[in-house]
Amino acid sequence: MHAEFKRDAEVGLQFFGKMTASISHEIKNILAIINENAGLLEDLALMAERGAAIEPQRLTNMSQAVMKQVRRADTIIANMNRLAHSADESIRTIDLNDLLQLLAALSARFASIRGISVLPKPSEGPLKLRTSPFFLMNLLWLCLDFAMDAAGKDKVVELVAQKSEAEVQVFFKHLDGLGSTALKRFPAEPEKNLCDLLGTELKVNAGDREIIVRIAEDIENN
Amino acid sequence: MSEKVLIVDDEKDFLEIIAERLAARGMEVSTTTSAEDALNMVEENTYDVVIMDFMMPAMDGFKALKLMKARQSGMQIILLTGNVPDEKRREAEAFGVLDVIEKPPDLRDLIRKIKQAKRAQSTD
Repeated sequence: MHAEFKRDAEVGLQFFGKMTASISHEIKNILAIINENAGLLEDLALMAERGAAIEPQRLTNMSQAVMKQVRRADTIIANMNRLAHSADESIRTIDLNDLLQLLAALSARFASIRGISVLPKPSEGPLKLRTSPFFLMNLLWLCLDFAMDAAGKDKVVELVAQKSEAEVQVFFKHLDGLGSTALKRFPAEPEKNLCDLLGTELKVNAGDREIIVRIAEDIENN
Repeated sequence: MSEKVLIVDDEKDFLEIIAERLAARGMEVSTTTSAEDALNMVEENTYDVVIMDFMMPAMDGFKALKLMKARQSGMQIILLTGNVPDEKRREAEAFGVLDVIEKPPDLRDLIRKIKQAKRAQSTD
């Protein structure tokens, strides 16, 4: 039991670390833009002291540029806050659509670096689940990470959520690069262990170019 | 003669302003948001220094750094990025980068480094 706890805790911490490192990188990028705008304002003030005229539109543009970055940072921090709170309770009821939206938002930078578009396709109504939100997001992130590598030339991964009897399913679609080499490394131990912990089933369907994660509606009645 | 600087960063808003601020200080500044374009630009032009982000789409700055150094070992490169893990910083230094600077940069420090790069290019 102790070994299993250590193993799951390690995978969970790695996931949390990866996400927060990415967030801190983005925040530093935002601070750099705000910093340069402040520096440019200083430059303009010095020029004005020497008698140069400053166009009001220039100042308006700079102010808007700063506000845009503040909004960007606010969204990133709100997502970080949701990620942090996903670990508040080991098991609780969530809407899977919300969780997939959060996962897509947290993964946006990783996707952008690989030139991939991650497109969440939520179900029409809410998809309520009683599960471990943090570890479910961890599992879905590992699937998405692999799916982005297997996205093929269209560089698109669709995240489709749907309900079926007493379970819900998440599909990672358009994985044109799901070759036999890729399948040798997926699912690996971390994905298998998280499936055990969550009572989920992970299936790779190379023919349909998709990964399917089947999740019980209630982790405790699985 | 003014310093010829190439800045490579996928954050367009950052790129535009820092380029303007360096140009206002008499530097000749070129920019691109793509590491692949940067590789072509250094083939076709001469720069005193390339200032490059570390994590960018398609090709990251680290890969571009290695390719640039393989083609022109004397090229002066500054990595300017959000966060750099210690291991990557050491690796970059081993590849001969002039410096690794974290964002947001202090412009005076950056200008000092650019001038240092120009001196190193002239004595190369």
